[in-house]
Amino acid sequence: MKEINTQKEYNEYVKQKSPNSPILKDCFNAFWVGGLICSIGQIILDFCKYKGMTDNLAATTVSISLIAISAILTGLNLFNRIGKFAGAGSLIPITGFANSIVSPAIEYKSEGYVMGVGGKMFTVAGPVLVYGISTSVIIGIIASIF
Amino acid sequence: MHKIGKQTICFDNPPTILEAASIVGPKEADGPMAKYFDKCLDDEFWGEKSWEKAESKIIRETVNLVVAKSGISNTDIDYCFAGDLLNQCISSDFGLRDTNVPFFGVFGACSTFAESMCLGSVFVEGGAANNVICATSSHFCSAEKQFRFPLELGNQRPQTSQWTVTGSGAVILSKNGDGPYITNITPGKIVDMGIKDANNMGAAMAPAALDTLVTHLQDTGRKPSYYDAIITGDLGHIGKDILSEMIQTKGYNINGNYNDCGVLIFYL
Repeated sequence: MKEINTQKEYNEYVKQKSPNSPILKDCFNAFWVGGLICSIGQIILDFCKYKGMTDNLAATTVSISLIAISAILTGLNLFNRIGKFAGAGSLIPITGFANSIVSPAIEYKSEGYVMGVGGKMFTVAGPVLVYGISTSVIIGIIASIF
Repeated sequence: MHKIGKQTICFDNPPTILEAASIVGPKEADGPMAKYFDKCLDDEFWGEKSWEKAESKIIRETVNLVVAKSGISNTDIDYCFAGDLLNQCISSDFGLRDTNVPFFGVFGACSTFAESMCLGSVFVEGGAANNVICATSSHFCSAEKQFRFPLELGNQRPQTSQWTVTGSGAVILSKNGDGPYITNITPGKIVDMGIKDANNMGAAMAPAALDTLVTHLQDTGRKPSYYDAIITGDLGHIGKDILSEMIQTKGYNINGNYNDCGVLIFYL
């Protein structure tokens, strides 16, 4: 190889030396685990409707159930293993959002309930909340105008 | 002691590494180096309530162990140089507060141990101390918590990410002893080649290791073959590869005797 003198040359060299993630395998695992989570949601939805719930109530029950399952699996130290395997498959559904709030809550419990759990709970989910809520406010304003 | 070349200190009465001790966590205990550690822990908490308290206990027990193994009395230790990865070096501060030894807090991230040994050996050779302790610690869980994400978060690690060691190492440097000696030290410069990926630390650190190694060889007028072993801290597989390739463009070949602690400590 030739001598590397600039940051640009070095960055190109490092890029070529660093192994890429196994993208096909990752996509496949994300696809089927994500699909499975959505199917579980659909089963809960159909079951609730079968039991006579209104559409709105049934949909809310699905979200609450998936959040509860995800939070419990996080507490049992299992969700991170699913996430390591499935990546975006378990991260993008509402399960990932629940995990991103419960995991810092567990991690920072050692620093107390106010400054630890309370203060650090949203360190991961914070950006999602800020930009998610901001976007919904903007879209709400646009929708109310037109 | 005197300075040679650009940035190397040569010791006329080289300090001896009198004794060494180490304690590591469970993952390290499963690695290829397990039999060389003094103590391997079964769990990362070691009976404590937080990762940080566990790390403090690890460095405290390691320092106690190195003093006990050396056979010299606590009161004969003049100074302690120690540091870790956490904010304000709290593992070392809290871990070593009961040792009653004057304390220098050192922060060099991955180079903390080498840095503390550089400073300690200058103190010993300069006559300011007869015996000094140099120590460092890190803890995978406390480091992840401080620098990255909670452990329970379901995210994926990229192929280039590294794994922080849970453990602590300590040595006693002494004016008197039959070696092994610290004969030369070459403190390195900060070399930033613009790597912005926090998950590729090996690539970020390799240029600094290269600069230090080449400067050391130039300052001492030695060839890599002079050494039985050339060891870097924790460049990992990618960083190690980069260093051994890039040093060839500077006219040196280290393939025969070069290794990296980050590569050695775990099975991959």
